[in-house]
Amino acid sequence: MNFFFEVLFGGLLSGIMYSLVALGFVLIYKASGVFNFAQGSMVLFAALTFVGILELGVPFWPALLLCLLVMMLLAVGIERIVLRPLVNQPPIALFMATIGLSYLLEGLGQGIWGTQVRALDLGIEDLPNEMIQEALGIQVSTFDLFSAGCAAVLVGGLALFFNKTRVGLALRAVADDHQAALAVGIPLQHVWAIVWAAAGLVALVAGLLWGSRLGVQFSLSLVALKALPVLILGGFTSVAGAIVGGLIIGASEKLAEVYISTFTGGAVAAIENWFPYMLALLFLLVRPQGLFGEKIIERV
Amino acid sequence: MLYRESGQFKTSYRADQAIFPIRQDRIAIMALLAVVFILVPIVADEYWLGSILTPLLVLSLAAIGLNILTGYAGQLSLGTAGFMAVGAFAAYNLNLRVPELPLIVDFLLAGVFAALVGMVFGLPSLRIKGFYLAVATLAAQFFIEWVFTHVGWFTNYSSSGVISAPPMVIMGVTVDSAVEKYLLTLVMVAVLALAAKNMVRSRIGRSWMAVRDKDVSAEVIGIPLLATKLSAFGISSFYCGVAGALWTYCYLGTVEPAAFDLSRSFQVLFMIIIGGVGSILGSFLGAGFIVLLPILLNNIAAMIGHGTLQADTMANLEHIIFGGLIIFFLIVEPHGLARLWQIAKEKLRLWPFPY
Repeated sequence: MNFFFEVLFGGLLSGIMYSLVALGFVLIYKASGVFNFAQGSMVLFAALTFVGILELGVPFWPALLLCLLVMMLLAVGIERIVLRPLVNQPPIALFMATIGLSYLLEGLGQGIWGTQVRALDLGIEDLPNEMIQEALGIQVSTFDLFSAGCAAVLVGGLALFFNKTRVGLALRAVADDHQAALAVGIPLQHVWAIVWAAAGLVALVAGLLWGSRLGVQFSLSLVALKALPVLILGGFTSVAGAIVGGLIIGASEKLAEVYISTFTGGAVAAIENWFPYMLALLFLLVRPQGLFGEKIIERV
Repeated sequence: MLYRESGQFKTSYRADQAIFPIRQDRIAIMALLAVVFILVPIVADEYWLGSILTPLLVLSLAAIGLNILTGYAGQLSLGTAGFMAVGAFAAYNLNLRVPELPLIVDFLLAGVFAALVGMVFGLPSLRIKGFYLAVATLAAQFFIEWVFTHVGWFTNYSSSGVISAPPMVIMGVTVDSAVEKYLLTLVMVAVLALAAKNMVRSRIGRSWMAVRDKDVSAEVIGIPLLATKLSAFGISSFYCGVAGALWTYCYLGTVEPAAFDLSRSFQVLFMIIIGGVGSILGSFLGAGFIVLLPILLNNIAAMIGHGTLQADTMANLEHIIFGGLIIFFLIVEPHGLARLWQIAKEKLRLWPFPY
């Protein structure tokens, strides 16, 4: 039974890591209706930039600030160069533009900082936490707990920002209806730049956490592919959905991986790649808008 | 002066509905076919035929497949390479297990298998649409890749997971030189492209477009949504499957599941964006652009860099240029190269007088 809980907790905690990436998608989709395929590349770009700045000899905290600044500039740039000319285009065109953007960012990041794998040490060990092991008798990685904490702080901060500040109010207005928001004098462009910057911040956090686990390298941008089933399960428009979806996907993925391959004697192994997608797909057949998504009502 | 249609009268509905109603177009198409069938095999060398033109044609076919689904029926798909893989492995297994079948039948049956798989993964399209569907097609991509990597039967229990296409014999003729493979690919692609061109003008093509433009309205005027969407998925996957089979047999010779990974899907998607979404011609233009651009870049880099540019720098540069081009095209010409060609033709009709 302990083994089951260990797998479950491991899954839940890695699910939090997926949620972190999914959160970036949700932010942008919620505020502008753009499905940002480049989120994974933003994660890669942020991590690469951070490590690159560290390697230049800048200490940790200034490097973090500098990197944040870079991500903000990137957000404004994306809004200017990519999004603004594509206003009024169908959502599919915007989606394809973000695929182009993801190629651009991958090339740019690796072109500037190099393609080799780099270690990123945040000073937190990826070892079983001794306190929890003594109290409950199961092994839970300290690093996973730390990243769960980061995710909690991030979600809390974003929730406060969106619910308690003027900008957050404007953002929710834009999410509701672009044209109505424009009509009451909310600057659409500023709001978009802010959302993309917030997505950049989320990408930075996700990039640091994932980067210190996997090493900073190209595969970081593939983390986004892990976040997609989380997203469709939770619904594109819900922050809570991203978290809950992440937990469900993370836990079920690990449990399926461990137990299905045990039951079939290892014949059905390495299903982690597609199992979450299938799970999410089956769920969509029952509830097309995801767990917490908004119901789409269509009229002619 | 050259491209003017005055004096060409149509006296029957047949003539009015011809696929190329203007005489100059017919002449141009005939000339083009003559060039690609006769002149190119004589002039081009082994490298051009085997390493550039054959993959270009195969990818055009895959692009036509995706264009049917995304461009005409409006269902965004990121699983193209998965369906290509189904075709590739189906053709291999048919050839291996049912050796009596002629090779061309193998190719077509491979397409049919891909179509069946495509229709299974197209089933959710009735319930979900847009981005949800795009992500759902990713499930197809990953699942198919996993099946071919992990189920040994499909690769005939090859230890490396790589399959080698057996020698091709069509009606007693062994197809093994680059020219023969090129011609085989060309015939298949030409026939299927013509079929696609006609299909999108037919009843089924028009119902795809109605569903693309507004599915609720299409349903109201009596178009069966499920049948239309599934037929789009099926026929699109058929084209991708045949492309996958040709990719294995005529281009690479050996193939592994990793040859059909997500980046291949994106490559085909880029082709239809740059070439023109919802255009058969655009599929060819886009494939040409995407295949030839890296070669051009490499040559330019070799000329100015004299070998100073590293391979990974080139790869990054390629990424940046591709990404930039996608965004550029979407902003400047959302209808792609095919639209530029159309504009050029319209200007040509008035030439040399501007009005």
